[in-house]
Amino acid sequence: MAIKIALPKGRLLRKTAAMLQKAAWGLDEYHSNMGFYRPRSQKFPDVLMRVFHEKDIPIQIAMGNYDLGICCLDWIEELLVKYPSSDLVKVRDLLYGEGALYVAATSVPEDLRQNGAPVRIASEYPNLAEAFALRKRMSRFSIFPVWGAAEAYPPENADMVLISAKASAELAEYGMVPVSKMLDFSAFLIANRNRWETKNLDKLVTSICDTLPEVEKKAPVKDEVDSTEIKTRNRAGETAVDAVRLALPDGHQQQPTVNLLNRAGIGIDDYPSETGNRRPEINIDGVTVKVIRPQDMPLQVANGNFDLAITGWDWLTEHLDQFPSSPVKELLDLKSSKVRIVAVVSRELSVDNTGGLRQLIAEREEPFRVASEYVNIADKYARDNRLGHYRVIPTWGATEAFLPEDADLLIENTETGRTIARHNLKIIDTLFESTGCLIGNTDAVSAVKDRRIEALIKRLRAAVEDV
Amino acid sequence: MKIQRCKGMRDLSPAEMTVFRLVEGISRDTCAGWGYQEVRTPTIEHLHLFTSAGTLTPGMLGKVYSFLDWDGWSGERVVLRPDSTIPVARLYTESLQGKGLARLFYATNIFIFEEAGEKTRERWQCGAELIGAGSAMADTELIALSLEVLKKLGLKGVELRLSHAGLIKALLGKLGLSPEEQSRMFDRILDGDAEALAQVSRESPEVGNILKPFLSLKGQSPGFLRNQRALLARSMPEVRPHLDDFLQAVALLDELGVKYQINIASGAGFEYYTGMIFQLFIGKEKVGGGGRYDALIPSMGGGDVPASGFALYLDRLISLVSPETFAGSAAEKVLVRVKSADAMKEAFKAAENLRGAGYVAELDLDGQKTDARWMLEVRSEAPKFALIDNVKSKRVRYKTFNEVLKQLEGEGGDKDSPA
Repeated sequence: MAIKIALPKGRLLRKTAAMLQKAAWGLDEYHSNMGFYRPRSQKFPDVLMRVFHEKDIPIQIAMGNYDLGICCLDWIEELLVKYPSSDLVKVRDLLYGEGALYVAATSVPEDLRQNGAPVRIASEYPNLAEAFALRKRMSRFSIFPVWGAAEAYPPENADMVLISAKASAELAEYGMVPVSKMLDFSAFLIANRNRWETKNLDKLVTSICDTLPEVEKKAPVKDEVDSTEIKTRNRAGETAVDAVRLALPDGHQQQPTVNLLNRAGIGIDDYPSETGNRRPEINIDGVTVKVIRPQDMPLQVANGNFDLAITGWDWLTEHLDQFPSSPVKELLDLKSSKVRIVAVVSRELSVDNTGGLRQLIAEREEPFRVASEYVNIADKYARDNRLGHYRVIPTWGATEAFLPEDADLLIENTETGRTIARHNLKIIDTLFESTGCLIGNTDAVSAVKDRRIEALIKRLRAAVEDV
Repeated sequence: MKIQRCKGMRDLSPAEMTVFRLVEGISRDTCAGWGYQEVRTPTIEHLHLFTSAGTLTPGMLGKVYSFLDWDGWSGERVVLRPDSTIPVARLYTESLQGKGLARLFYATNIFIFEEAGEKTRERWQCGAELIGAGSAMADTELIALSLEVLKKLGLKGVELRLSHAGLIKALLGKLGLSPEEQSRMFDRILDGDAEALAQVSRESPEVGNILKPFLSLKGQSPGFLRNQRALLARSMPEVRPHLDDFLQAVALLDELGVKYQINIASGAGFEYYTGMIFQLFIGKEKVGGGGRYDALIPSMGGGDVPASGFALYLDRLISLVSPETFAGSAAEKVLVRVKSADAMKEAFKAAENLRGAGYVAELDLDGQKTDARWMLEVRSEAPKFALIDNVKSKRVRYKTFNEVLKQLEGEGGDKDSPA
């Protein structure tokens, strides 16, 4: 059987590509994040390769979908801390992609076990964050699993973060100090335990190991920060009680948001920010702005961390499918960034609708695999359409790479359908259309704040209708 | 597609359930006999109920089934109950506080995420909590109660092992550890890491010299503790109150003629213990345990209320109990067979009357074979009834149901009173 290897996109791509070039693999299309997920090797023409988001790789290896994989130790530990008996072998430290995981805060708290109010920890690593909280014997804690931008949360929206950084000095850039260093990490070659025990992977492993320097890794340099170095950039002053806290999206949602604000006559400085500033100034009194991931906004509004947020209907739906009693609602349809949320299968599959899917599932032994970034929407879709014995595989992007080998159905968003067609996939169902929206909390706040929120909605509504 | 139960979960078959109910029933009756009242707590609780220091050790917390429920947008998790004592303490704090002494018992399942081996992840426990009493007499009551349940179950060779959490903590205090290391060491000891204490005493030889005999020896009488007290009183005055407390309970057990073994360096994985800890073994198998947890209810805001309790492990007991010991206690079974199609109503009526008289009346649906001694055939025309005795291979016809009953009761000298 052909050997299967999972390669990372994102932060490790460039150095991994360089290493494989040194190993003379002769890859045809593994050099950019452009969305090509199936590189081929001249040296190993029989090896099947797929490119995944790094966070997905340990899971793919543990599940046995791939024999070998390359990803950083932080994502491996994020899996192993929760599922210690996963079938995953750490084969070799690849000595690049170094960094560390820190628990950080804007100031070192005197006692982590604040009895009373929960300690709020925002992190892309919720399992490691929970392990940290338990180990520190925090009696009450809330973990905010975020898609990114964790560094933007403290101190107002989280007491601590667990984030990766090259060194603790990087934390100072964010105006934070390390509370604890959890892990030093670098890229690792990993293998599925069962395949490692039974399959000949030696040619690939040798070819990778031959590229590595012979010297053993030096002990990490002691890495301490002098807390006086902390920049004050992110140290926002105390937010006034009646200030309206508005969350604006990062990423490709920024331009439509700026356009909307412009039409509403609302000025905003340094957004989108070239320097990564997540606290731009807005020229309305009594409104403060933070820039976070649109995926994370509904949860933050539900928790009262923000009063208003500009996100997508898709992420609001995802949130409400998970937490039906959440107090978040759409206040205004911004009618921008229109996408369709669709069900997608491989073009090779002779199925054109959900009825066909049900029939297909009834005839097969293995569970039906649904891959999606929208875990709860996908789960609800599978439930509502009675897809029988199914399994939802959470992904962190590049979901198209999962079909047809590693999933049977995708729940994806698409603007034009072109990406889907390019990957030899087809749409069999449209779940709903999603546009940008302004969301808020249904729980009442103060009268002053309510008035300010009303005024802001009014200006934005006028701008939307103006188009 | 093959349907299977989840990993680590077990089904209980009719035969297993019979033993399960038997054990549960004996536990319930015994507890009720001592004045305990039954409670039931929910399967789902807040995670933070179990995370505070002085509740579960990190080792146990790592095996908790925790998740976000549908209200979980605050980011706070809930758990499948990983322990039976803490929820009862929560129930007391929430609704029984200030109402004096509470003697509570329960039969409940707890959930522990075990990755290794064949261990089950859902476990059943029968237990009792004595809340509001802090005396040696209270400790002894719980030990005597748990032993009585095991005795009534017909179990032999029960071994009682005693330790004392207050004593362990006081000894640890002498080792010059930081408070954090101390609590980590305590966690390790309570997680069953018997090496832990020995290791630390190696590192600190002067304390170690005093501790070593204490940790390695196993006492069988109050004399053991008195000897230890004589040895430690001068160099470690702070352990004295715990030794005295321990001694009181041990002396009382001695007077009652209860056999035990004192083994300080044994724990039970529960950080909430503050006083005496006891464990029950049959052979190598631990079948239950308990202890004093005076700080738990105060930490929940329930006031300065001392408490202690124990739990017996139902899953282990049902594999040890031989149901034959209790044979004969079940009601006798009669198979009711319809002999003519229009006698259906008659048959249902006869079965109802049999049940009313204390018999198990099973309707014959398909000419089934039966292990029952009696079979009652029902016709629509007289004589309506025929009673077949499978033991004596005898068949007698009767006109009325009362005659049938009389015959059953007359022959039923070998049957326990069905009423």
